[in-house]
Amino acid sequence: MSFGKKDNREHTGRQDVEVDIYERLPVPFGLVRFGVAPDHPEVKNVINTFTQTAQHSRCSFYGNVNVGTDVSVKELQQAYHAVVLSYGAEGNRRMGVPGEDLAGVHAAKDFVGWYNGLPDNRKLHPDLSCETAVILGQGNVALDVARILLSPMDMLKKTDITQPALDLLAESRIRRVLIVGRRGPMQIACTIKEVREMVNLPDTRPEMVAADFKGIAEAVKEVPRPRKRLTELLLKTALDVPTEKEQEKRSKASRVWGFRFFRSPVEVLPAPDLSRAAAIRLAVNRLEGSGEGASAVPTGEVEDVPCGLVISSIGYKSLPIDPLLPFDSRKAIVPNTMGRVQKTAGVYCSGWLKTGPTGVIGTTMNNSFDTARALLEDMDSGALDVSSAKPGSQGVTPLLEKRGVKPVEFSDWEKIDNEEIKRGVAMGKPREKLLSVDEMLHVART
Amino acid sequence: MAAAAAVRSSMGLTLTLSRVIPGCGTCHLYRLNSCVGGLAGASRTGQLHRFGTLTRHLHSTTGLNHSEEGSSNAEDPEDVVNVVYIDRSGQRIPVKAKVGDNVLYLAHRHGIELEGACEASLACSTCHVYVSSDHFNKLPEPDEREDDMLDMAPMLQENSRLGCQIILTPELEGIELTLPTVTRNFYVDGHVPKPH
Repeated sequence: MSFGKKDNREHTGRQDVEVDIYERLPVPFGLVRFGVAPDHPEVKNVINTFTQTAQHSRCSFYGNVNVGTDVSVKELQQAYHAVVLSYGAEGNRRMGVPGEDLAGVHAAKDFVGWYNGLPDNRKLHPDLSCETAVILGQGNVALDVARILLSPMDMLKKTDITQPALDLLAESRIRRVLIVGRRGPMQIACTIKEVREMVNLPDTRPEMVAADFKGIAEAVKEVPRPRKRLTELLLKTALDVPTEKEQEKRSKASRVWGFRFFRSPVEVLPAPDLSRAAAIRLAVNRLEGSGEGASAVPTGEVEDVPCGLVISSIGYKSLPIDPLLPFDSRKAIVPNTMGRVQKTAGVYCSGWLKTGPTGVIGTTMNNSFDTARALLEDMDSGALDVSSAKPGSQGVTPLLEKRGVKPVEFSDWEKIDNEEIKRGVAMGKPREKLLSVDEMLHVART
Repeated sequence: MAAAAAVRSSMGLTLTLSRVIPGCGTCHLYRLNSCVGGLAGASRTGQLHRFGTLTRHLHSTTGLNHSEEGSSNAEDPEDVVNVVYIDRSGQRIPVKAKVGDNVLYLAHRHGIELEGACEASLACSTCHVYVSSDHFNKLPEPDEREDDMLDMAPMLQENSRLGCQIILTPELEGIELTLPTVTRNFYVDGHVPKPH
């Protein structure tokens, strides 16, 4: 399970609770380290809160332990009064179209993992030699990818983006990024901060289709504030006559970005030698209904967009960790009632595994606090039986030792942290991440 | 109180203050049965040992609207600003604050459960508060970036602001800051449990 930090905050207010965290990688923090974009360092400030929690005397971190292979959930249930699953969503929703596995097509999850130093994605080597990149999906992850593809090097080189990614991006010939969604401007899933960042991105200009915004200016009057402000920004960017300053910026820009609406992927078309992607075929949709619940209905028309890089950013997906635990494969979550896993006493879930893979740190934080409260309620009411002593980590570490698994403690992570910061100083970056588990373990053990 | 400071050379300045909150036994509010709980809401009949460690980072290169923690020793009466926090269970917590205090860090110093995940850099909405109507219009207009973050806060109201952007002035005497009841045990299918 990854870092259930938010649960810990509630637990450690009580003298009688100890919390152990098991994490597959040698390093903690999950998406805060591997998902948040390199140019959003303020979002990562929450690591300080996590660190305080981990350093608490009644909290222990066990990295480099793969629950499911190194130790089973059943063994954890035997050793602990309660087990909280908060391992997130490491899988990916596939587009399910022909050509999806051609070279040049990547899941956004893998692309983000690549520039953020996730060990499993270090060999991605995306080909950035084409002129146009098409991103399917219009959530914040899609916008992060677009922004990283189009940001000037002098901005990126000061972030904690990995050096191999920076080097590849420096050679990139991508000059146009289209961010494609099935529905219309009023159903776009991203948030205003990320759209503003695109609008303000130096050396870029927006390119939208005015017809996509038909009827939007009228419809926007009646919607709640967040949707209203976001739509107004889109309208302004797409339709308004730019200021003189903005016009100058646009005329000098060397890179282009734009939203394309009412388009769904139906096929990735290969190059003549069939070796890689050369275009994407998009079905043209119309909208049925309005507002958040509107649906996209194909019209029968299609449109081919030449491109060399296709990034599908249509959602993450949780995977089952243990066949004995309930799992809803349709929703890709662990079935639960307020964080209590159904039909499984003593097992709880929090984060994206509990509610599905959407939401920012704030939403997931509240989600996790709710699970912690449910757990504490159960302790107090007797629904969770804590009457007999349980061995905790003393019941687990002998098993790990027998199996040749050596956990990484929080103080070991701090050695990795210090090494990354040290390497970063040399590069003028906040840190230079270690890119392989082997390297992490090597530093952890010295 | 112990304080330790560490300075980082990368990406701005990091200042770490470690402060031990004294145990309940020494607090006059506890002895007078006036204590309203605090961070963990632990039983007042049991022993409460809380170590609160406040860490804040001053990122000089980011977050133009990054606010600093002020001192809370309000001695000079002209400097005093009386503030009331209303926590998520509806409890009123009066606080004697000082001109220049930051509403988020003031809350932390008094054990009020106001998160500040991004540490006042306008990158989250976890310090969302409702401001009393008498005082709302006395606050300076929010920065566009604050409005962008407020858009993400659940249960947004007309009088919503981010606590980390509110700095106390004499005009804000008597301000009341209500913490939204953001906790929703939400179901994926939208089911709302009946109160029982």
